[in-house]
Amino acid sequence: MSVCVAFASRSSRIGMAVCAAGLVGLVAAPLWGGRDDLQLLSEVYAYVALASLWNLLAGYAGLVSVGQQAYVGLGAYILFALAILLGVSPLWAIPLSGLIAAAVAVPVAALVFRLRGHYFAIGTWIVAEVFRLLASQVSPLGGGSGTSLPAAVIVAMAPSRQLRDFLQYWIALALVVAVLAMIVLLLRSRYGLALKAIRDSELAATCNGIDVLRTKVLVYIVTAFGTAMIGALIFLQKLRVSPDSAFSVNDWTAFVIFITVIGGIGRIEGPIVGTVVFFLLRQTLADLGTIYLMMLGLVAILVMLTAPKGIWGLVVERFGWQVFPLERRVVFDERSAARE
Amino acid sequence: MEWTNVILQGVLVGGLYAMFAAGLSLIFGVMRLVNIAHGDLIVMAAYVALVATQSLGIGPLTSLIVVVPVMALIGYALQWFVLNRTLGEDLLPPLLVTFGLSVIIQNGLLTLFTADSLKLQAGDIEVATIRLTEGIYVGILPLLQFVVAIAVIAGLQFIFYRTALGRAFRATADDPAVAQLMGLDNRHVFALAMALSLAVVAIAGVFLAVRANFDPSQGPARLIFGFEAVIIGGLGSLWGTFAGGLILGVAQAIGAHLSPGWQILAGHIAFLVVLAVRPQGLFPKVRT
Repeated sequence: MSVCVAFASRSSRIGMAVCAAGLVGLVAAPLWGGRDDLQLLSEVYAYVALASLWNLLAGYAGLVSVGQQAYVGLGAYILFALAILLGVSPLWAIPLSGLIAAAVAVPVAALVFRLRGHYFAIGTWIVAEVFRLLASQVSPLGGGSGTSLPAAVIVAMAPSRQLRDFLQYWIALALVVAVLAMIVLLLRSRYGLALKAIRDSELAATCNGIDVLRTKVLVYIVTAFGTAMIGALIFLQKLRVSPDSAFSVNDWTAFVIFITVIGGIGRIEGPIVGTVVFFLLRQTLADLGTIYLMMLGLVAILVMLTAPKGIWGLVVERFGWQVFPLERRVVFDERSAARE
Repeated sequence: MEWTNVILQGVLVGGLYAMFAAGLSLIFGVMRLVNIAHGDLIVMAAYVALVATQSLGIGPLTSLIVVVPVMALIGYALQWFVLNRTLGEDLLPPLLVTFGLSVIIQNGLLTLFTADSLKLQAGDIEVATIRLTEGIYVGILPLLQFVVAIAVIAGLQFIFYRTALGRAFRATADDPAVAQLMGLDNRHVFALAMALSLAVVAIAGVFLAVRANFDPSQGPARLIFGFEAVIIGGLGSLWGTFAGGLILGVAQAIGAHLSPGWQILAGHIAFLVVLAVRPQGLFPKVRT
């Protein structure tokens, strides 16, 4: 009897086809969308990527961090430092910021991994605060009040303003696709199998010979790499960086956590669904200001208490859909199955 | 002489940090919950005190008679209706729910009281000082705050190890299932623990409001100071937490004396050094 493991299912084949078609439409967005549309979409991509990375960290590796703004801000500051002080093109500065942040994440992991569970969460927050306070001491980058990207740096990226808009949009799209692809590939690898085992039961995973700590550290570093690149991109689009905006716990962690929980934690589709809900709410309720933030917090609490697997969790329970080919299922060969 | 003064002021501020930390430590000890909204609740207590002083025409220190029971009631209700549902094996629900509460409290205070910085006026006591020796003066108010901090820690220690309530706390912390078999209602015990924690928060909030300016965005920093004091001192030891608060206060005072921008950073660095060198904290409780 021949047996093999399959990732794809009917829903994932349909899902991937829909994604591919959607991607073609999004790549062509400069043809059908205005400047505002492109900016909004870029922002959506940034949040999809940040939430997907946080989901990898918290949903799969069980590392609930409330300090991911450390890497958003670090990426932003590395981009500005490379571009302003060393004259590196922002296009090169984005991957470089990811690599440097990943290198920084190694000693940081050595420290914060000494804290367990809840304490890990607040420990990561303190690291982010340390980064913020250090950033405000860097006077070549404006100290506490921050700095702007010089016009020459931006003009050097592309000759016309329109082309620059298109370029930045495509970079954002390319980054979110790359981040999602990286997560899908990671989850399909043996590390992915280890991660799912850890998600379901750390004890059982250890008993099966998985090096839990090593896997978690790996995920922490990969997440820092991706988060810093997204941070660099976000502030390349804003053209201005300051310690308070780059290391904002509300913008880069609270929203990201709410998005992931509302969409569905521990599933790759969750952050995407959550981001769509987040932006729909924001576009309709943003005028309410602080009330909107309170409502967002309330919705996240209610989802956590009543449907902890989020919107996509409910969809999976009801229909069993998966958009990305991730679930391992054992498939028996047809003929041998008939003989059984 | 200059440095003696710096360290002395640091120690006195450290008493306030120890009060921030004590409530946090208590909750974690009893139900393994880290309350991310802890700092925002401290700031909320300051606003409750503000309303009490304005509507009743009493001084801030007298307002404790109102603020402590109000915050304790809020704590009981919060635990009973919301946080008890989040307890379990999974780490995420309590973290997310208290994180959501933090955002709700911050923005709620912002809506009600605006972002303006406020301070409670305690009258003459604010400027009264005692001369210790030549060149070293100690404010009556910081001294009072320090004495209150010691009293709070001693009181918690007494409740924990000498009363029936403390026995219930320790039993539930050790083994919730067996505690329930012995006739304890865990939900009620947890709610009482949260009420006690917020009673301490109330005292800390009032002193915070008298000592310095406060505004709705200050909560997270208070949470972090409290948390650092708990980890520096070592988990599970109330007097360790007190010592942690003092060390944090002194580190910040030394940092501030070197350069104003280094005050908070110096505290964080002290925390990270302890984490790197002695992750179990300086005075951990020895479990037998």
